[in-house]
Amino acid sequence: MKKSSTNKVDRRKFLAGVAVAGAAAVTGEAKAAILPGGKDTARAPAARRPSTVLAQAEVSTPSVPSPADGNPNLTKGRPGSDFMLDVIKSLDIDYVFTNPASSCRGLHDSIITYGDNKKPELMTCMHEESATAMAHGYFKVAGKPAIALCHGTVGLQHATMGIYNAWCDRAPVILMTGNSGDSATRRPGVPTTHSVQDPAAMVRDILKWDDQPASLQHFAESLVRAYRIAMTPPHEPVLIVLDTDLQEQGIKNPAALRIPKSSVPAPPMGETNAVREVARLLVAADNPVIVADRVARSQAGVKSLVELAEAVNATVIDQGGRMNFPNMHPLYARGSAAVSRADVILGLELTDFFGTVNEFIDNTEAEQSSRIKAGTKLVSIGSGDVFIHSNYQDFQRYQAVDIAIAADAQATLPSLVEAVRKEITPARKAVIEKRGQAAQAAYAQAKDRMRADAAAAAWDASPVSSARLVAELWPLIRTEDWALVGRALGGWPQRMWNFDKHYQHIGGSGGAGVGYNLPSAVGAALAHKEHGRFAVNIQPDGDCMYAPGAIWTSAHHKIPMLTVMNNNRAYHQEVMHLQRMATWRQRNMDRWHIATTIREPYVSFAKLADAMGVAGIGPIESPADLAPALKRGVDIVKKGEPVIIDVVMQPR
Amino acid sequence: MKIVLPALLAVALGASAAAAAPAPAPQGDVARGKAAFLRVGCYTCHGYEGQGVPGKKIAPNPLAYPAFANFVRTSPGEMPTFTPKVLPDQDLADIYAYLRSKPASPNPAMIPLLQEVGR
Repeated sequence: MKKSSTNKVDRRKFLAGVAVAGAAAVTGEAKAAILPGGKDTARAPAARRPSTVLAQAEVSTPSVPSPADGNPNLTKGRPGSDFMLDVIKSLDIDYVFTNPASSCRGLHDSIITYGDNKKPELMTCMHEESATAMAHGYFKVAGKPAIALCHGTVGLQHATMGIYNAWCDRAPVILMTGNSGDSATRRPGVPTTHSVQDPAAMVRDILKWDDQPASLQHFAESLVRAYRIAMTPPHEPVLIVLDTDLQEQGIKNPAALRIPKSSVPAPPMGETNAVREVARLLVAADNPVIVADRVARSQAGVKSLVELAEAVNATVIDQGGRMNFPNMHPLYARGSAAVSRADVILGLELTDFFGTVNEFIDNTEAEQSSRIKAGTKLVSIGSGDVFIHSNYQDFQRYQAVDIAIAADAQATLPSLVEAVRKEITPARKAVIEKRGQAAQAAYAQAKDRMRADAAAAAWDASPVSSARLVAELWPLIRTEDWALVGRALGGWPQRMWNFDKHYQHIGGSGGAGVGYNLPSAVGAALAHKEHGRFAVNIQPDGDCMYAPGAIWTSAHHKIPMLTVMNNNRAYHQEVMHLQRMATWRQRNMDRWHIATTIREPYVSFAKLADAMGVAGIGPIESPADLAPALKRGVDIVKKGEPVIIDVVMQPR
Repeated sequence: MKIVLPALLAVALGASAAAAAPAPAPQGDVARGKAAFLRVGCYTCHGYEGQGVPGKKIAPNPLAYPAFANFVRTSPGEMPTFTPKVLPDQDLADIYAYLRSKPASPNPAMIPLLQEVGR
């Protein structure tokens, strides 16, 4: 290779140039730099204003050639991935979930050496799908995105289902994938097999935006833009492709590099007149019902929804995409009965308005009917109208509504509350108060019904019932700052536990892609760890078996979490589908267990946990053994460790 | 355990419910009923004890047999229809005996744990 004579000059230009021009917006501590002679202090950003002393030290290095000169095994100058890390750090990203990948080796090295593996910290994952799900669960608790770093082609292919879940669940995972775009410089064989012309093509339908930067400056602008797009409602995943040459080669034009300032737009709010019209409908209604799905991303969202509901004493059905409304509030409701009685239905961030107001029966006629009365007014407020893609059908069937407001519901609620209060006349106030008294009575009845249902739902049976498990957990966690990070088992937690904080439940996967719950719970528990919260994961057994390596991640990174394995020993929903097929076709009824059940042998989840360095307890088959096992588990979690308790349970 | 169903039960329920249903099960065997309950997958919706979730609660006090059988044979809704071809009459009678054999649910007011939840 021709000896480079420009390297020293470039470094001088880089530092001097930065010193003269100044950085647009860079991060990092001014104390850090690499000094002549190889003595280094703490990490320094790749492009930032040096101190006078350091700049002088660098530009006055005259005679000793850089060891990189002429040596093809030494990077010439600071590697591009160091600058990439500076850009990442400028966005205050705490974690990068990854499975190690050669196409990302440059950035990997920068994170763990140049960045000292702090903010962001690499989280070791066993599968890219799990890495994506962890970033997904993390966002829903932390309220800010993390990165899922995927290997080129095969890693991104692995991540695909996790991306779809995030897409459906409106979770802004920032995906990155390595790629060797230049066929003249990329390594032959497997690295070439893992290279692709357009990496994002395989997932573009489920991304809000993507880019394949051709330069480091391009990378800086695209990552900052990607963050902004992902964090503007509707929140969605984005993808940035990391070219391997850009990562690994020395920075050629450091003086020109700038990190743009990041600014996330205020979320879109409902138009004033439309909001006022919705307020009139709500105040004039005899039976207003609010249905909320993915509304509250913070406690402010919960507070606003409570204010709106109380202003008109409207029943609130929380569909559970997020924790939107306190379940012990008298206006809280479950099921569709309230929808059938309503004369105004306000849908907030609904994924499936059609399914909310219509019934579908899974029989050979695919029978459908309306749940609502004729003349019921329907109102929609949601960011789903702001952004949509064509291919995947997660937008559900079209539902005509009377008023549709394309806006973020949480951001719109305060103005709607204000408009509602202005519309209330003394006459309507009396009607509203009477409705509130009725809600109080219904609330007391619902509590009694819950206890009766729990007792009647195989309370003392073995295997353990869902109601029994959830009830046994409550006294052990109620005095903690707890949060449910996994499945809301049969809705029992919402019937029995007191949810009043937005972080206490993060909803489901969104896309119903199995294999989400365990890694998402790990990501969510990681976010809770920072706050010292007690994370509880009710874990489906079949979901766990998709990618149990997430258990190891929780052990390795010491993420405290109480996991109770909801071990019904089957992919039970599929059992029910196969049974349905057999009855429709009047066929042999003793075969539906084939390829739907997890038995012969049964999985020992306690041993699985032990094998991965997590304390394992069980299997617990009798409800009498449940409380002591759960108590042991709680004690372990309080020591800062994860635990898995295998509980053999009723089918649902 | 065998449970003999009273023949008059069907009469008491009225002709409409009984018309489309088979004759009242003359006799049902609890053990065979449990096996059939598992084999045809009743438990998948109704639980091993017939407690329901996500289906209806069908034990310990199932509908009177004619109505019970009529629903199983002609269900138009979410529940699949179980014809005699996939669930012979005797199996249905055995399942019914199994459901009737289930003990009564405990009184929720007597369960301390249930006084703690929901608060």
